[in-house]
Amino acid sequence: MTAVVAELSDSNFNDFVAKHKVALVDFYADWCGPCQAMKPVIDELAGEMKGKVSFAKANMDKAGATANKYGIMSIPTLLIFKNGKMMDRLVGAFPKDMIKQRLAKMVE
Amino acid sequence: MDSYEVIIIGLGPAGCTAGIYATRFGLKTLVIGKEPGGQANEAHKIDNYPGMLGVKGADIMSKFREHAKALGVEIIYTEVVDIKKKSDGFIVKTESGEYEAKSVIIATGKKRRQDIPGENELRGRGVSNCATCDAPFFKNKVVCVIGGSNSAVMSALMLAEHAKKTYLTYRKGKDDMRAMPTWVTSAETNPKIEMIFNAIPKRIEGKEFVQAILFDKEGKEFSLKVDGVFVENGAIPQTELALKLGVAVEEKSGKIKVGPDMVTNVKGVFAAGDVTNGSADFEQIIIAAAEGANAARSAYKYVRKRD
Repeated sequence: MTAVVAELSDSNFNDFVAKHKVALVDFYADWCGPCQAMKPVIDELAGEMKGKVSFAKANMDKAGATANKYGIMSIPTLLIFKNGKMMDRLVGAFPKDMIKQRLAKMVE
Repeated sequence: MDSYEVIIIGLGPAGCTAGIYATRFGLKTLVIGKEPGGQANEAHKIDNYPGMLGVKGADIMSKFREHAKALGVEIIYTEVVDIKKKSDGFIVKTESGEYEAKSVIIATGKKRRQDIPGENELRGRGVSNCATCDAPFFKNKVVCVIGGSNSAVMSALMLAEHAKKTYLTYRKGKDDMRAMPTWVTSAETNPKIEMIFNAIPKRIEGKEFVQAILFDKEGKEFSLKVDGVFVENGAIPQTELALKLGVAVEEKSGKIKVGPDMVTNVKGVFAAGDVTNGSADFEQIIIAAAEGANAARSAYKYVRKRD
C-alpha cells in the first residue's frame, strides 16, 4: 500500500501539522546521506499507517526557518505532532519498528 | 512462521551484496536491516568504487538496494532483536515477527562508540556524528571535532568552511593520528582549525544545547566553549547477535573471526563486512561487498550440501 508523503516548506508547515491529528515530519537535506537512508523507511511507514498518521518531509533548503524554530541542529530529525503540538523527536536514522512504536503511542 | 534458506542481517554493502548473490544462487533469501546503507551512507564522496566515480555513499547504497529489489530480494527495514539456534537452523526475531532460517549471514557492520558523558543526552542539540549532514547548521559558530582518523580530520575541514572556529582534538599525540598525513597537513595549515593533542574528552556540557566540552590533558582539566561537538572517535563491531550464537570474535578488535570463505566457528553461521576480521582492517565498500558475495556462496554450499 502506498501513501503520499507531503513536501513541506516554511509557508505550509504550520497548516499541515495543524490540519492532521497525528503527523510525522522528516527533516532532511539532499546533502545528507543518512537522510536518504530514511526515505524507503518513511515511504513504507506512510503506507502501513495510512489513515492514522500523516507523513511529510521538509527540505532544509525550503524549511530552514521552521527547522530553526524547533531547534534542529542535526539531520535526519523526525518530529511527531499531535493536534499541531510537537510531542516527540527522533534524531538520526532509526529502524522502522521503533518509529512505528513511537507513532502508535500518539494514535492511541 | 515464514521460513528461508538464508537470512542476512544487515543492509550495508556486505548484506546487500550477500542478498543479491544468495538470490542468484536460488536460495530463498531474506535481508533484514535496521539502517539501509549503514556507515557507507556517511561517506560524502566516493572515488574508489570502480564504475562509480565521485558518487555519494548514500547514492551507491541506494543503487545496491534497487539492484537487489530488481532481482527479487526480499528486504525488511527493521532491527533483529534476538536470534536462537535450533536443531536444524535458526529463529530470527524482530520487533514485528519471527522467521526461520537454515543459515544466517551476519553483516551487521560497526556502530559508533558513544561513551562520552553528555553525548547521548545532547545528540541533535549540538552533538553530531555526521559533519556532512550537519556542518551547515554551525555557520559562524564554534565547534569541536573529537578523533584522529581520516573521518575526524575531514569533518574538521568540512566544518571549517562553515564555522568561525573549529577545534580538532585527539586523545593521543600527533604522530599517533590514523589520518593520512596530507589531510593532517591540510588541517594544520587551515587558519580556522586549531589542533589540540593528548586531550581526553571527559564531559559534554549544556542544558538545552551544547555549551562546552571538558577535557583532561596530562592530568589537568580544561574546557572549551563550543556550540557543537562532532564525535568521530571510532566505531565498534556490532556482534551482540553473533555472540548469542556462540560465534568467536577476536579478543583485541572484537571482530568476528572468519575463514577465507566467510565461515565462522558456528555451523550455518557466516559473516561479512566490517563486523569481521576478513578485511584485515581495510574497511572499504568494495571489500565488504566482496565478502558478502563470498558469504552467500558459502551459505549456498552449506544449505544445498554442495561441499
